[in-house]
Amino acid sequence: MRRYLGLLWSWFWMIFGWLYFLVPLLATFLFSLRAKKDALSFLAYERVFKDPNFWSTFAFSLQIGFITILAGLVLIVPTAYWIRLRLPRLRAVTEFISMLPFVVPAIVLVFGLIRVFSGAPFFLTNTFTGTYTVLVAAYVVLALPYMYRAIDTGLAAIDVRTLTEAAQSLGAGWPTILFRVIIPNLRVSMISAAFLTLATVMGEFTIASFLVGIKAFGPYMSLVGQNKTYESSSLAIISFALTWAFMGLIQLFSRGRAEAAVAGAH
Amino acid sequence: MLRSNNPPSPIKRDASSARPAPSFPWRDALWVLPFFLFILLFVILPSASLLFGSFQDKQGNFTFQNYIDLFKPSIFSAYWVSIRISLASAIGGGILGFMMAYGVTVGGLPRWLRASLLTFSGVASNFAGVPLAFAFMATLGRTGLITVLIKNLFGINLYDLGFSIYSFWGLTFTYIYFQFPLMVLIITPALDGLRREWREAAETLGASSWDYWRRVALPILTPSILGAMILLFGNAFGAYATALSLTGGFINLITILIGSQIKGDVLQNLGLGYALAMGMVIVMAFMIAVYYLLRRRSERWLKL
Repeated sequence: MRRYLGLLWSWFWMIFGWLYFLVPLLATFLFSLRAKKDALSFLAYERVFKDPNFWSTFAFSLQIGFITILAGLVLIVPTAYWIRLRLPRLRAVTEFISMLPFVVPAIVLVFGLIRVFSGAPFFLTNTFTGTYTVLVAAYVVLALPYMYRAIDTGLAAIDVRTLTEAAQSLGAGWPTILFRVIIPNLRVSMISAAFLTLATVMGEFTIASFLVGIKAFGPYMSLVGQNKTYESSSLAIISFALTWAFMGLIQLFSRGRAEAAVAGAH
Repeated sequence: MLRSNNPPSPIKRDASSARPAPSFPWRDALWVLPFFLFILLFVILPSASLLFGSFQDKQGNFTFQNYIDLFKPSIFSAYWVSIRISLASAIGGGILGFMMAYGVTVGGLPRWLRASLLTFSGVASNFAGVPLAFAFMATLGRTGLITVLIKNLFGINLYDLGFSIYSFWGLTFTYIYFQFPLMVLIITPALDGLRREWREAAETLGASSWDYWRRVALPILTPSILGAMILLFGNAFGAYATALSLTGGFINLITILIGSQIKGDVLQNLGLGYALAMGMVIVMAFMIAVYYLLRRRSERWLKL
């Protein structure tokens, strides 16, 4: 009897939670179909896909996402490797650093970035290149906690020291060790980190809206939401599908190893 | 985000640090310099810049006045609303997430549910910001699915009762959408860490299920649960995009206030704006310090 009560309790919360998951999605989907009067249609989606701004902002954010991934990996992989190999004493420091983006919320970060880089001596926000640099840097900072952790966990799973020494004894130099020994072993971690970064950057609003405005996908969605009701619902569905695709790819590459893959861009 | 997943490395890498206090290997440290320079330039410098600015008055003289002004009712209320929404959504999302994680770990629900729950949680906890706001407008907005459903079924108009998607509760329900999946992701490993032997030992000693939870499981889980709640709190506290696109800026949240200050000095006092931002950092730093202490404690019992 008690066992059944416990099971009932579990089922109750599970069903409630799934409803919480699914009802908003269903509501949004149904709403997005109502663009045509008195009939269900995909008109809202057609309009979104016909909008050149949809494609240009999408491409822009995708591009920024790829640059962020590249910059983040270049910055983090050698550092995390070297710290594990030679500087274990710095691990406490890097752990502290990877918590910093949590202490400094995105809105505060962008506030500080604008204050520092819009004026002397940097004047970065005066040019496109400068602005994009700040944008990518901000996204690398946002991605830092989970990127560092993913890479570091990946490094923990392989015997960094033995691999390095084995490669050295075979005459390999540092580039060979890094690119042909360490990085191939980190593939799964790097891919997870990359897709999570992409998922974050694609819809990111806070930082993008202050630095580049409606050039980016997040601010574009926001603008559509202010004027067009049905299109905004279809954008929400598209965006959800996109997040789903990125997370699915992570699962696929990590072969079902459930990682708490959570970025911070709300 | 911040996972307490840091398995002890299987490598005996500390042969060098086993020797008595070797001097710091500066030459090795050169290779990690770019990383630390990056952090200095894009995290420390911006924060420090805000910090310095927050101690200046309009003429650029040193002052504490900006921090005193944070307690003015108009500004303090923004913090207060932010803190209340973050707490409410962290507690609500925390309970729901815990119960779901409980169901698939020790609650005896079928195994396939676990995989699908974890996958969906990964997606939903990253589904936030602008599109999430759209989704909740279609759900709980004035003509939203649930609003209309409740009106047709029970004849109750939520909006006549004072509910609104733009209000405290509207925002809280929306935040919970990304809060409880995060709770599921964080707390599932902790629940997995509860050993069957503990329960058996308790039962052998005559403990009921309630005794076991109250005296064994919950005390072990408490640091993990509180730590997770702090992460959820921070998640909601820093949220800007969701709140802005849901309410159009018509809710007095601290992030919204900072946003308008960035756009155009609405406070007419730059220093106060910087103090506003530093106030958020102070709240988060306090939270993260508590989180850190709790994690230390929970790691004693659970190999996460």
